[in-house]
Amino acid sequence: MIRLRSRHLLTIEELTHDEILEILDTARGMKEVFASREENTRAVKKVPVLQGRTVVILFFEPSTRTRQSFELAAKRLSADVVTLNIAASSREKGETIIDTVRTLEAMASDIIVVRHRSSGVPRLLSKTVRSSIVNAGDGCHAHPTQALLDFFTMREHLGELKGRKVVIVGDILHSRVARSNIHGLQKLGVKVTLVGPPSLVPREFSRLGVEIEYDFDRALAGADVVMMLRIQKERMMGAFFPSIGEYHRFYGLNRQRLALAKPDCLVMHPGPINRGVEIDSDVADGPQSVICEQVTNGVAVRMAILYLLASRL
Amino acid sequence: MRTEEEAVLLKGGRLVDPGFDGEESVDLLIRNGRIEAIGKDLSFADVRVKDIRGQWIVPGLIDLHVHFREPGEEEKETIATGSAAAVKGGFTAVCCMPNTSPPLDTPAGIRFVIDRANVVGKARVYPIGAITMGLEGEGLTNIGSLAEAGAVALSDDGRMVMDSRIMRRAMEYAKAFGIPFTLHSIDENLAAGGHMNEGVVSAKLGVSGSPAHAEIIAVMRDVALAELTGARVHIAHVSTKGAIEVIRRAKEKGLPVTAEVTPHHLILTEEAVEDYDPNFKMNPPLRTKEDREALQEALQEGIIDAIATDHAPHTVLEKSLPFDEAPFGVTGLETAVAATYTYLVKPGILKPRRWIESLATMPAKIFGLPGGRLAVGEPADLTVIDPNLAKEVKEEDFVGKGKNSCFLGETLSGWPTMTFVGGRCQYAAEE
Repeated sequence: MIRLRSRHLLTIEELTHDEILEILDTARGMKEVFASREENTRAVKKVPVLQGRTVVILFFEPSTRTRQSFELAAKRLSADVVTLNIAASSREKGETIIDTVRTLEAMASDIIVVRHRSSGVPRLLSKTVRSSIVNAGDGCHAHPTQALLDFFTMREHLGELKGRKVVIVGDILHSRVARSNIHGLQKLGVKVTLVGPPSLVPREFSRLGVEIEYDFDRALAGADVVMMLRIQKERMMGAFFPSIGEYHRFYGLNRQRLALAKPDCLVMHPGPINRGVEIDSDVADGPQSVICEQVTNGVAVRMAILYLLASRL
Repeated sequence: MRTEEEAVLLKGGRLVDPGFDGEESVDLLIRNGRIEAIGKDLSFADVRVKDIRGQWIVPGLIDLHVHFREPGEEEKETIATGSAAAVKGGFTAVCCMPNTSPPLDTPAGIRFVIDRANVVGKARVYPIGAITMGLEGEGLTNIGSLAEAGAVALSDDGRMVMDSRIMRRAMEYAKAFGIPFTLHSIDENLAAGGHMNEGVVSAKLGVSGSPAHAEIIAVMRDVALAELTGARVHIAHVSTKGAIEVIRRAKEKGLPVTAEVTPHHLILTEEAVEDYDPNFKMNPPLRTKEDREALQEALQEGIIDAIATDHAPHTVLEKSLPFDEAPFGVTGLETAVAATYTYLVKPGILKPRRWIESLATMPAKIFGLPGGRLAVGEPADLTVIDPNLAKEVKEEDFVGKGKNSCFLGETLSGWPTMTFVGGRCQYAAEE
């Protein structure tokens, strides 16, 4: 087992290629804890490796799946888990986020899992706390555990990822999932193509070393994975695109379009999905979809991360 | 402003002033509030002699762009603390932007600032009046009355008068009173929601950006309106290469357009934001290396006339918010001289005389203020700068209330050691 260099997990950029593989390999073992190879769940889904450790799950932004995924991951490792949902902004509360976190540390936390609507908050906290910080999503910046569970899922199906082609489709501009995937996939030697309307895939992204394509059909040729992003209806207010109907027409994934990719191309989505908007139901529920597996794998990957960070403490 | 009766003879300083040639050192006598003599080997009875060999004597620096937050936001800065910061930074005069609470949109507001500054009695403080009531971009202020009360310029700083018809009328109307405009030319719609420069760094950081073109478009409009109306237009805090080109063309056409640049835009780039530190968040934002280079060249060339700080103090609490929640603005008064000396003058990017011209002579000329040059018989507003003095920028050393500086932790050289306002020594560095 290699030891992670940092006691925090803030971004994928900060991980080396080998560290990414170590997390994914560890996650494979973690998945065995609660799911047998035949995909049947085990009766006892718990191991005592984090017994006595305290994991705080601190969410400043509403979320159900990521929060529950982390909670379950920590509980399956037998950690004590405290979950806090803080809706008000620091400005409204008059308490700085640093003070909030220091208060939690005073109650002896070991790992703090943070989600915040502002980019950069986990970084800010990592500079002032003793605990390990795990970024569970910050603004439009990064969502490293989502990217890792995406890699894990891809590896389960495709094996070696080097040389594969992944197409990421939708609101790249506002997507932390896309940013973390771009950085990590590049480390793994994957060719990344970004697709979406130019207003949501600004040309600056080509400087990150990826292909940009505005024609979804053309981008799908030779794709091993197509990753759809959730489109938020409020983006219409910012005039990023004119209507849901038009978006669906040009950037929605349907069966005909999927047929343009490789025959066994995986369909992924970080969820929650907008059926009939960025993805049609028959594709989301179809044989190539691994969307539910992503959720299962999320717990395994988060267990691996908590375990590897705790073993540094 | 009161004057100091005591006479001071500054011995052995080098005059750095666009009006003086030569590099040899001279003596300068301050008496009865005025510069009484400048010459070689002067000696007088009954004067205090101050040896300043190796240091520079420059005309009192004038900052066209500060935010003193009073009235209304005294937790950030007051006219007293801002004035103390000014003289410590070598500035003998400052121009206060009207975006206080309430804004300086009435003659009473203008007189309040002047009166407070007189009570404080440190730096000369010139208020800038609002263009529109409440800075809302709609109804014009009583521009003539503001000018009469002592406003030296007009601005809705922090906002742009987005309606071109209203801006046109303001420019036409103000001509009757000879009062210039200083404009925050940034298209509010195009810049909306932006927290930093839009570009490759903002794409990487996941922070929404404001494009350079929000400034370029706005400067184009304001220059076009200056052409239409003949109004004197000063463009505040120019930050982009594109805007410089617009200003260059305006000057070539002979339009009455001037411009300023801040020390932070001259020195830093968008990469500084990579740590999400709100002390690098301001409006307009830090731009690219290419923009910074263009700003430095334009300043040396005179396309950009002046350096102004856009001194914008905020509380520590506000600047410890997440980047996208924190307010815009950084302090500048206490670091402007050393920062620009260290990064521009010392490496030879900016010539010493042009540096002082942009910090004193041009600012006086642009708003028609007294001072800006050293001359016998003139009021003794002057600053002594020690180019060899190196010091680290520390939070606890600021006398202004704002600690939100871009230069914290840096060792800079070229610090003001003495500031005289009307012959009175308002700041002297501890020895």
